[in-house]
Amino acid sequence: MELLLAITTGVLTAVAVYLMLSKNLLRYLWGLVLLSNAVNFVIFLGGRLTPGAPPLIDEGDYAPAGEVANALPQALVLTAIVISFGLMAFALALIYRTYMTLGTVTSTEMRIAEPRPRKPESDE
Amino acid sequence: MAGDYPKVERVMGGPAGWVSILFPAILFTYFLNLLPEVVEGPVTAGFDWVPALGVQMSVLLDGLSMMFALLITGIGTAVTLYSCHYLGDHPHYPRFVCYLLMFMVGMLGLVLANDLIALFVFWEVTTISSYLLIGFNADQASSRRSALQALLVTGAGGLILLAGLIVLGSIAGTFRISEILTQGDMIRAHPAYGAILILFLAGAFTKSAQVPFHFWLPNAMAAPTPVSAYLHSATMVKAGVFLMARMNPVLGGTDAWFWILILFGGVTAVFASVMSMRQTDIKQVLAYTTLMALGTLTMFIGAGTHYAIMAGMLFLLVHSLYKAALFLMIGIVDHSTGTRDATVLRGLSKAMPLTGIAAALAALSMAGIPPLLGFVGKEYMYKAGMDLPGLGAIWVTLMTFAASALMFAAGGIVAWRPFRGELAETPHHAHEGSWPMLAGPLVLGALSLIFGLFPGIPGHFLIGPATNAVEGAVHEVHLHLWGGINMALFLSILTFIAGWLLYRNHEGIRARLAAFEARSPIDFDAGWDRLLDGFKDFAGWLTGIVQNGNLQRYLAVTFTTFAVLVGGTYLVRGAFEVGPRLIQLGAHPVQWSVLLLMIAGSFLVVSTTSRMTAVAGLGVVSVGVAMVFIMFSAPDVAITQLLVEVLIIVLVTLVMLRLPYLPPRSELHFRFGHAIIATSVGAVVTLVLIAMLSGPFDRKLTDYFEQTAYPEAHGRNIVNVILVDFRALDTFGEITVVAIAAIGALALLRGIKTRNTGNQNGSEEA
Repeated sequence: MELLLAITTGVLTAVAVYLMLSKNLLRYLWGLVLLSNAVNFVIFLGGRLTPGAPPLIDEGDYAPAGEVANALPQALVLTAIVISFGLMAFALALIYRTYMTLGTVTSTEMRIAEPRPRKPESDE
Repeated sequence: MAGDYPKVERVMGGPAGWVSILFPAILFTYFLNLLPEVVEGPVTAGFDWVPALGVQMSVLLDGLSMMFALLITGIGTAVTLYSCHYLGDHPHYPRFVCYLLMFMVGMLGLVLANDLIALFVFWEVTTISSYLLIGFNADQASSRRSALQALLVTGAGGLILLAGLIVLGSIAGTFRISEILTQGDMIRAHPAYGAILILFLAGAFTKSAQVPFHFWLPNAMAAPTPVSAYLHSATMVKAGVFLMARMNPVLGGTDAWFWILILFGGVTAVFASVMSMRQTDIKQVLAYTTLMALGTLTMFIGAGTHYAIMAGMLFLLVHSLYKAALFLMIGIVDHSTGTRDATVLRGLSKAMPLTGIAAALAALSMAGIPPLLGFVGKEYMYKAGMDLPGLGAIWVTLMTFAASALMFAAGGIVAWRPFRGELAETPHHAHEGSWPMLAGPLVLGALSLIFGLFPGIPGHFLIGPATNAVEGAVHEVHLHLWGGINMALFLSILTFIAGWLLYRNHEGIRARLAAFEARSPIDFDAGWDRLLDGFKDFAGWLTGIVQNGNLQRYLAVTFTTFAVLVGGTYLVRGAFEVGPRLIQLGAHPVQWSVLLLMIAGSFLVVSTTSRMTAVAGLGVVSVGVAMVFIMFSAPDVAITQLLVEVLIIVLVTLVMLRLPYLPPRSELHFRFGHAIIATSVGAVVTLVLIAMLSGPFDRKLTDYFEQTAYPEAHGRNIVNVILVDFRALDTFGEITVVAIAAIGALALLRGIKTRNTGNQNGSEEA
């Protein structure tokens, strides 16, 4: 199962990268969402897989009774999910605003901040 | 430098002036009091500055640093006194004083530092203050250019020097100069000696303007004249000479040291004194004679015998005294007549007798005429030159002879001819300078005479201790004005004759040099401009490639770098291990079908042209992720994942109503290059994961959290405890990030004027 999940993570990453290399910003955004998921899998796998034993402490005990799932990567992934949501929401707002201002979601057509390179000009 | 600026009434420069005069004067007295102690032996003191790096703020006051300290504070007093009249009514005079005092502190620190790193820091302080002072008339483009040129040349040299300091310090095992000075034999035998030597000399030669790095110094004369007198003649440009003298016991005494220094020094001395004959601006004449002095000093430090070092130290004193006086004198002439043109100025001694006396004393010392100190200096230089073994003797003596003869002529051009004959027409009517301006040149000129008549005084107190410090040995030094009838005296007389002939014909020589210069293909100054232009073009070219404003290319470069670096490390380290730990769990059909579903969902996203289908595909992947979390005991994570997924779908759908469609299938080309990058990144991720899963696992942190979650944090859900207790600050950071993202999004979305997109109300095509 670990191997299968590793391969799935690789496939998700590859698809995400391919999407992010698109010049259409919406496809770029899909890629960003997929990449977040893939990265979360990397963190999750780093803590190893444990089926059917959530990291909980039974009433009356001071520590988990048997072997339970690794709690640390779960905490990290939880944080990562929320952060990637924030990133996604901001990127979406940025794309929306860009479209409203520039009338395009094609990244190659946005040249206001960085005009097409010309011959370098001397400033003196 | 009688520029047009709104004048400000200040008595002696106001408070800024008083501070600037008192500061060096008090320090000068202080150092003078320490002089008898230093004659007996070096004084050290200090405290830890950056203990973690072993950098100390410690002071080494031996004969060499004492002579420099006295020159810096003594000439500093003369220069600041002079400046309060020369620039006291300038609107930016207080700023000028700040720069000047900053330089003074830096230069004192440089010569007193007993730590290589501290020395470097002060070295850079002098570079920066020199930049500010050269560019003091910042409204002139030429000033700014000269300032930048000096900064770049000496700054680049400083960085090279830093590398040399670090190599030297790591070999010696200490950065303390007084300890390094005792390890000369070990360092000269070390394989890295050649590298250290080149790095040090690159720093010293740029700072002290040796050919071919000399071109910045004549340009630095764009600075106000007191600055030229102080920084670019008497003190700062001698920092490179100081460094060579300081390091002589460690780096000196080898063949490489000997030949590099006497060749560069000799060429600089003669080239510069020939070029000084070419100039018509008397300040430029002096600039080139300063180059000559720096070359001569380099040559004699390189020669390295007891006599040569002594001659070098003596000439250092001689030159600082007469050159500072001459520069200040020129400032007075310029201030008073409004011109510095040697072809115009005549008969000034009638209008400016005191200036004339100061000029005459300094120029006689420069020409090396008895009984001035310059004569003593020249005698010892000839003796030292003839004393050298083999070819070195011929080279050094010849170079000294040529440079001295030309100096004689230059002295005549600068301080003899302008004062003789009938008073000539000048832009302003010539009048005598004020006493603060005259005090410096007169005292310095008088010192040249007194020290010349009684050479034992500087010999005992200054030259002897300095020579001992440079040699790292102890010798008694007795200087004499009259050395008897010998070869040196004969050479001196020959120098006078040659110098006189050169002076008589200097106008013809100047014309011929100008004609030669016009034909010569070598122009260092223009070459510098070409170098800078080349840099600019290169930077523009590189920026055009790297920062071309194309998001796709940025991302392609980023991902390729990731794949190459991580994948490359993977290959190089041979992390191919596929151990028994890799597969510990079997795959239930439900589990692998969830994975298949996710892969299918992602392919749906990449292949569709419909936004709705894409969002559905994303949903499939996200739900799959949540199911994986559930299957492997992470219910909290799964819940969060689902919640966030719902939010994402809602947001995307909302915004999509106002965004254009995806491009139609006809425009959705398969990009082979992108596919290769994507596949490589994915493959690297999988390979690294396999390597990681095959390796051993360290549960230390997890065990800690499991053992302490309840007893210490009173929570039974370990994940929650980690989030809100053990790593509460992280969670706080996370909340902050989300809040900032929300504020940012809000700011972006405010004030949007709805744009008629044409498809706002259009129906989805799929």
